[in-house]
Order: sequence, then C-alpha cells, then structure tokens
Amino acid sequence: MALTHEQVLGRLQSAFGESILSNSLPYGMLKVEIPANKNVEVVKFLKEDPELQFIYLTDLCGVHFPEQTGREVGVVMHMHSLVHNYRIRIVYYMPEQKTEVNTLTEVFAAANWMERETYDFFGIRFTGHPDLRRILNVDHMEMFPLLKQYPLEDSSREDKDDRFFGR
Amino acid sequence: MSDIKIVEAPEGIEGQGFFATSLNTVIGMARANSLWPLPFATSCCGIEFMATMGSNYDLARFGSERMSFSPRQADLLMVMGTIAKKMGPILKQVYEQMAEPRWVISVGACASSGGIFDTYSVLQGIDRIIPVDVYVPGCPPRPEQIIDGVMKIQELVRSESLRRRNQPEYQALLASYGIE
Repeated sequence: MALTHEQVLGRLQSAFGESILSNSLPYGMLKVEIPANKNVEVVKFLKEDPELQFIYLTDLCGVHFPEQTGREVGVVMHMHSLVHNYRIRIVYYMPEQKTEVNTLTEVFAAANWMERETYDFFGIRFTGHPDLRRILNVDHMEMFPLLKQYPLEDSSREDKDDRFFGR
Repeated sequence: MSDIKIVEAPEGIEGQGFFATSLNTVIGMARANSLWPLPFATSCCGIEFMATMGSNYDLARFGSERMSFSPRQADLLMVMGTIAKKMGPILKQVYEQMAEPRWVISVGACASSGGIFDTYSVLQGIDRIIPVDVYVPGCPPRPEQIIDGVMKIQELVRSESLRRRNQPEYQALLASYGIE
C-alpha cells in the first residue's frame, strides 16, 4: 500500500489542525511547516502512527534565512517511512534571538549527533539533549560558522589581498 | 659493470690504507641517504605520494625504502594534504613524538598555505603549528616535484652541522612554536 501526499497531509491535519502552518510539494516531496514548540509531538506522531510509520530519521539540519524577520533560523528534518517507501520533510523556524527547541533524542536516538552538528554550525540549542557540544569543529571555536553574519574565510590568512579577493 | 650508482665518498685526505674526513660530512652523508619518512597523507597529495613511492618513481632509490608509520623511528615528516584545524593538535603531537634530528616537508598548496580552502575549518598552512624545512608547491604536485622536495631535504641533511640542534637559535625556533 503506497502512501499518497493527500493521505499523509490529511492525517497530519486531522491530528494537529491549525498547527500545520503550511505545506507544499517542492521536487515532488511533501514539505510541512510546523511551530517549533510542536516538533516532538509531530515527530512522535509520524513515527508511531500505525498508518504512517515514519520510523527512520534520514536527516536533521539547520538553515538560516536572515531576510525572514522573526523566523530566521530553522531546522529541517527528513523522515522516511520504510514500510511505504515514502519521504517527508518537516520544517520549523525560530527567531534569531532565541534559537531554542526541544530535543528529539527521546524519539530518535539518531538525532543525537545530528543535533550536535546543528548546534555546532547554527547555534541552535536543543533543550534536553544529553550531550550538546560541538562535534565537527574545534572545541574552542567562538562562532557558529554557518550563520550568515560570520565570514566564511579564515581571518588569519595573510597572503590574500582583500582588494582582489572580494572580502 | 653494474649501472647502480652509489654515493660518492666525501672530500677527505686519502692515502695508502687510510681515509680521513670530518665526522660532520660522514654522518651527514649517512643520514641523507637513509631518511625514514613518515607519511602524513590526508588527501590528493597523498595519492601523488603513493605514485612517488611506487615502482615508477621509486622514492626508495634515495634511501627512503622504509616508510615509518611510527613517529619514534622517523626522520622526515611528510605532510601531504589539507590539514583541518581539528587535525592540528594531532599533527603537532606526531611531530613532538619524533626524535631529533627531524625534518619536515610540506607537500602541496593546502599543507603549505591552506590552498583553496580559505575557510574557518582549515589550518592555513602547517607552519602555523610546526616548523617546516621544505615546501613543495602544486595542487597536487607531480611525483617529480615531491622527489625534488625530498632531494632538497637530503641537501639540508647532508650539510647540517651536528651541533645545529643544540644551538640557541634552534631552541628559540622550537620555543616559538611552543614545542619543548
């Protein structure tokens, strides 16, 4: 039995109603935006619902859109229903000043390192995470490098003339 | 006659039954022709190094037959490839574990200066954490260039004074890198 987009969306809307803020089908894949404080609830529902069974967390990462005032920093999750071979994307945004959201480690153990990576690069604090510290970058780094206010280049490099390298 | 070329004897005074020269030159010659390299290869320069070690280019001709995968028994640290900042302390530790005298060759643009990776996560040249003797340019350099770099190291080794490592200048160099 293959899942259809309408089926999944209908199931989510009947369970959460107004909390499904928006939905779209970029690249033929269902994308659903939810409020950040509902993330655990929705993900848990998607995983445990007998009809949907999104039992696999493919990916969890951050995004930063400085031009979206009030909802600059977001988390993007990809989930996979292995039984139906159906994938879904869940997105939730937070204001830049307070990037804090509940951890999903209690639903998916796989979220542990993914959330550490997201914290490492975007500074999103996952409350309740058992071990939230940097995972890929050096421990003493003082910035969250994928937030757009931080420069990509290494500031200590001396052999580049700024006039020619567009810094 | 064999066509194998062997190293010529250093300059000295020769007579019937004896040959005299300075200890410096003999030891320099011996060291230069038996360098044990420690390959620290992280990316494509490492692939070029594999070719350098292979039968076509054959680094063993220069007395570097044995790759030393323990820093304790290595003379020459060959750093080939991008070194991330997180890798920095590990590279430094490898260098610290090597016994004196030790030499370092930095192969390729990334190891020498960060190369195209002008970014927050990449070390902008290994000479920020350890002293380097020879830089080999290229992205990646051809095996000929790596061999040329090793030959430059051999030259340094051959002409190095036995006292160099005890001199205050050398101690100051190490101290500037925070190496005991």
